[in-house]
Amino acid sequence: MTMTMSASIAAKIDNGVNVTALLGAREALEKAPEAAEFKWRATCEWVNGTHSRSSIGKFFGLGSEQSRDKTFVIEADHPKVFAAEDNAPTPVELVLSGLASCLTAGVAAVAQRRGIQLHSVKASLEADMDIQGILGIDDEVRNGFGAIRVHFDIRADASEDDIKAVVAQSQKRSAVFDIITNPTNVFVTVN
Amino acid sequence: MKFATAIIIGAGQSGLAMSKHLTARLIDHVVIERGEVANSWRTERWDSLRLLTPNWQSRLPGYAYTGDDPDGFMTMPEVISFFQQYAELSRVPIVAGTRVTRVRQEADGYELSTSQGPWRCRKLVIASGACNIGSIPSLANDLPAKVTSLTPMQYRRADLLPEGGVMIVGASASGVQLAREIQATGRRVVLSVGEHVRLPRIYRGRDIQWWMDAIGAMDVRYDAMEDIERARRLPSLQLIGTPERVTVDLNSLREAGVEFVGRFVGLRDGNAQFSGSLANLCALADLKMNRLLGSIDGWVDANGFALSLPAPHRYEPTDVGAETRLSLDLIAAGIRTVIWATGYRPDYSWLDVSVLDRKGRIRHDGGVVPAPGMYVMGLPFMRRRKSSFIDGAGDDAEDLATHLHQSLARAAA
Repeated sequence: MTMTMSASIAAKIDNGVNVTALLGAREALEKAPEAAEFKWRATCEWVNGTHSRSSIGKFFGLGSEQSRDKTFVIEADHPKVFAAEDNAPTPVELVLSGLASCLTAGVAAVAQRRGIQLHSVKASLEADMDIQGILGIDDEVRNGFGAIRVHFDIRADASEDDIKAVVAQSQKRSAVFDIITNPTNVFVTVN
Repeated sequence: MKFATAIIIGAGQSGLAMSKHLTARLIDHVVIERGEVANSWRTERWDSLRLLTPNWQSRLPGYAYTGDDPDGFMTMPEVISFFQQYAELSRVPIVAGTRVTRVRQEADGYELSTSQGPWRCRKLVIASGACNIGSIPSLANDLPAKVTSLTPMQYRRADLLPEGGVMIVGASASGVQLAREIQATGRRVVLSVGEHVRLPRIYRGRDIQWWMDAIGAMDVRYDAMEDIERARRLPSLQLIGTPERVTVDLNSLREAGVEFVGRFVGLRDGNAQFSGSLANLCALADLKMNRLLGSIDGWVDANGFALSLPAPHRYEPTDVGAETRLSLDLIAAGIRTVIWATGYRPDYSWLDVSVLDRKGRIRHDGGVVPAPGMYVMGLPFMRRRKSSFIDGAGDDAEDLATHLHQSLARAAA
């Protein structure tokens, strides 16, 4: 009974997420877990000073190389208070943007799955950083964020608790949230 | 070689209930038990443990609690004698002290190697339990040598632990109970909290298990669930059975002095690393608890019981604190014991029939295993939400005994 009800509600709501395709992919990958092994890539070239330009194109997944219609370019720099040119956001701001985008995409997908029509979603993020770390002034201060705060303003056809549950589930299934909250091995090589 | 039409492996609630239903259908069978009746309850539980379900809910086919404290929680000696009496009353044909070491498929059934010689059967019921082995994450291997590593199955009581602080990993039923007990002895206790299911012991004057039973949640069938695999993976309910019927949750543990950290995710040079996702896991648990309380309130209203019960209420959100530590130098912090309350899994090392999936779980459709005449019992949400509870053994045994009986009848026809 519950399934039929949520299916008929889901048919009327549209957050632009193809949940049927996602569920189909999940079912297929449960049977062929090796196809679930993805590799994401980026290249980055130094421009000048702290200014750099990253290109993001091909990735590997579903058992083969995947190309896309275009290569995306993302620049990064540092602001003038760092004696830089401020050509683009700082890398740490791009990290915040990555977290926000990941959680926001998750909100849309989870809401669609739960039959909740979204009207607007806005995430505002703020992170604390003591730059004594990156400047090497105090070894006890870490380089990265001390804490990140994310605030969501969401208008949707659902109760406050149901909206909170969507946001919580989005964190539970978010790749970037996981990358930020858990340790990851990083291997760097040089030619 | 000895023969029985059906062999049940394990004389816990599942095996005993199945035996009762096979006897009722005049199917000759034996229950092979590595130790005695209720063996896991005798040998793999800590001293203070009581059942997490109230006495009235200890129900087996044709048998129920008849004492004067229906709302209390059985101690382990009480559980053992409860099962023993049932086995005697039902004249369960137990072959005790017999460990099954191997099961192989034969032309018309199975051959069992046991510590007391071989057995053959046509039908096999695996009722050896869902919790034979404590699941320990691989990072346990990297613990400093000075730190003792235990599972709750090895823990007996706090004064047997090495002196010093204790880190408990996991905040489901086992983890929160051990945190409460060990903290009460004055030791430093750090609780690493992963995904958990928060519930009050008593809500609107009734036990939470009474409510889940009343609203029909325990009887929900596996084939009615949209995502049964997820339901089966759900951690155990954060509950404790005490004479005072207390609620144990993260807030009460914090008041008692237990320190929280996030999920234990890494260990480098004796430095434990914890996930920064604790706040979200607590938010998820609070929301989920409130959804259940909401369905209880809805059921109360729909059935017109609102006036005869205390008013609905909601509990304080989990207070995770503003600053949760992300790492801990175990030795410097005085941690000398780590208890892995990170779940349990069944042991199928003796099962030489290819019915396990890639993660080592037995494949089954509501307990019917895809090998001729093989059944499994007592796994989480196997046929119903209550499948792994004492109270769930009866209905599952009846369904599977019917299936087993019909397949014998078909073969005879």
